[in-house]
Amino acid sequence: MTEKKIYDIVIIGGGPGGLSAAKSAAENGAKSILVLERDREVGGILQQCVHNGFGLHHFKEELTGPGYAQKCYDLVKDRLEVEIMTDTMVLHIRESEGTKVVTAVNPKNGLMNVEGKTVILTMGCRERTRGAIRIPGYRPAGVYTAGAAQRMVNMEGYLPGHKIVILGSGDIGLIMARRMSLEGCKVEAVLEICPFSNGLTRNIVQCLNDYDIPLYLSHTITGIKGKDRVEGVTVSKVDDKMRPIAGTEFDIDCDTILLSVGLIPENELSRELGVAIHPRTNGPVVDQHRETSMDGVFAAGNVVHVHDLVDFVSDEAEIAGKFAAIKANGEAQPAKKDIAVNPGDGVNTCVPQHIRLADGADESVRLFMRARSPERKVTLHITDANGDVMKKPLPIVKPSEMIAVDIPAAKVKALAGDVTVSIEGGK
Amino acid sequence: MAIEKKVMNCIMCPMGCELTATIEDGTVTSVVGNTCPRGAKYAKDELTHPMRMLTSTVRIDGGALHLLPVVSKTTLPKGMILDCAEELRGVVAKAPVHVGDVIVPNILGLGVDIVASRDMAAV
Ligand SMILES: Cc1cc2nc3c(=O)[nH]c(=O)nc-3n(C[C@H](O)[C@H](O)[C@H](O)COP(=O)(O)OP(=O)(O)OC[C@H]3O[C@@H](n4cnc5c(N)ncnc54)[C@H](O)[C@@H]3O)c2cc1C
Ligand code: SF4
Repeated sequence: MTEKKIYDIVIIGGGPGGLSAAKSAAENGAKSILVLERDREVGGILQQCVHNGFGLHHFKEELTGPGYAQKCYDLVKDRLEVEIMTDTMVLHIRESEGTKVVTAVNPKNGLMNVEGKTVILTMGCRERTRGAIRIPGYRPAGVYTAGAAQRMVNMEGYLPGHKIVILGSGDIGLIMARRMSLEGCKVEAVLEICPFSNGLTRNIVQCLNDYDIPLYLSHTITGIKGKDRVEGVTVSKVDDKMRPIAGTEFDIDCDTILLSVGLIPENELSRELGVAIHPRTNGPVVDQHRETSMDGVFAAGNVVHVHDLVDFVSDEAEIAGKFAAIKANGEAQPAKKDIAVNPGDGVNTCVPQHIRLADGADESVRLFMRARSPERKVTLHITDANGDVMKKPLPIVKPSEMIAVDIPAAKVKALAGDVTVSIEGGK
Repeated sequence: MAIEKKVMNCIMCPMGCELTATIEDGTVTSVVGNTCPRGAKYAKDELTHPMRMLTSTVRIDGGALHLLPVVSKTTLPKGMILDCAEELRGVVAKAPVHVGDVIVPNILGLGVDIVASRDMAAV
């Protein structure tokens, strides 16, 4: 009987997160790395993001989504340590006597179990749907999530409709507004319930302003017309509690509604495995090495918190890959200090949620934060039990744009008690 | 002498830096707020001759997928973007294709090539 193979690392999901983790794990001494991807090819959500704007920070060149995915793939495809299985859906992960048992299914092997000393969760996120936002009315055809429409237009080659209204000003919706315009459709309006846009500024400029598409802030859809197919929407202004204001209704004719109301990390597998999930990020609680609450289980990318920059996904995944490799090789130092990192005033989320330090640890730590509301001329203030750790002035913060700040190694070493990160000042 | 200040967001990368350009008698004399040199160039171009990248897809014959994502090699005049997109709707590429292969040379005579943004194997 042959001995059962135990991989150093099994990576769940072959998007930019999974591929970057695999590359870094191989570079850091992992000998056997298996990437499992349910789609027909690796690359994740980037394969449908045909627009450019990716890679300037991580690869120092501007790439399209597929171009970025190609680069991530090219960096691992010839590495002997890395094995990739596509068309392989992971169904379940469990812990068994120190190893992780991953149950997956594919057309070639049927149902199979693979084992890893460590696993890295890089399953990305999925879109919120209409159910999550409750629009009254019939359920006519012609209502899609923006991401589903993006896949249709960019990968399958057909249009969801011709006269479009977009609900939500998240980036996917903005990108789709331009994409549909380029395909000859008319985008009538983008409606946003918040008083500010949830998309990147550059996307407002180049996806809406360039095509004269109106953006209605503090507005939402209060009715959908049409029984079999969407024929139009009723739109209302909302008050500061996001309640529709009577008498402000107006109608827009359209045959299609795209919902761009946000993304949520895809964590069914993580929950079943028993990983602690943070209530605000909806992703696993991680330390600065991206290790979750379970020993040897790492997580990175959109599964941890929704990123707007894929470059940060790769950065984060490389950290996870490196420390999973160190763990698999039995070289991880036990943590002696566990410091919580808490969001304070003005900060909605902060990742990692804690910093675990071994004796003599000498490492800088990068924090990723999201602001609660858009503000100008603020100070990012990091404090611990002794008071100030550091302050950083920021000219502008927006909930849609993740803030990254490095705490230098010397300051990390000196941290005492829990850390709080807040955004102070403003306007 | 007419001095004018214009505030805009750089769209060259997702950082979206807020730029303030000073215009003296119709020429841009200074740009502040940019994190990298591309921002200064963007502000100057935007105020004199706005340019945009174009990304789209074209049909592909014999490929693993039906569509091939493409990108303009450099920026195109903003006013020509819709015309270029329309031109691309009639184009059919042939697999196999490598990332960077020219799919439409010199689109609409504007001096810019449209290239593949990924590999596409033939099946
Ligand atoms: C529409 C859109 C536009 C964007 N625009 C930009 C932009 O302009 N610039 C920028 O920098 N970033 C952009 N981003 C962000 C960037 O694309 C993402 O942050 C990045 O792709 C996330 O990488 P990931 O690897 O974490 O997740 P994903 O790319 O989602 O990859 C996750 C992978 O895991 C696989 N998977 C999930 N569950 C399983 C399972 N059970 N078994 C097997 N495989 C599984 C999925 O199939 C997928 O391939 C955009 C994102 C979207 C959605
Ligand atoms: S100035 Fe540079 S860093 Fe800032 S948005 Fe423009 S390209 Fe990006």
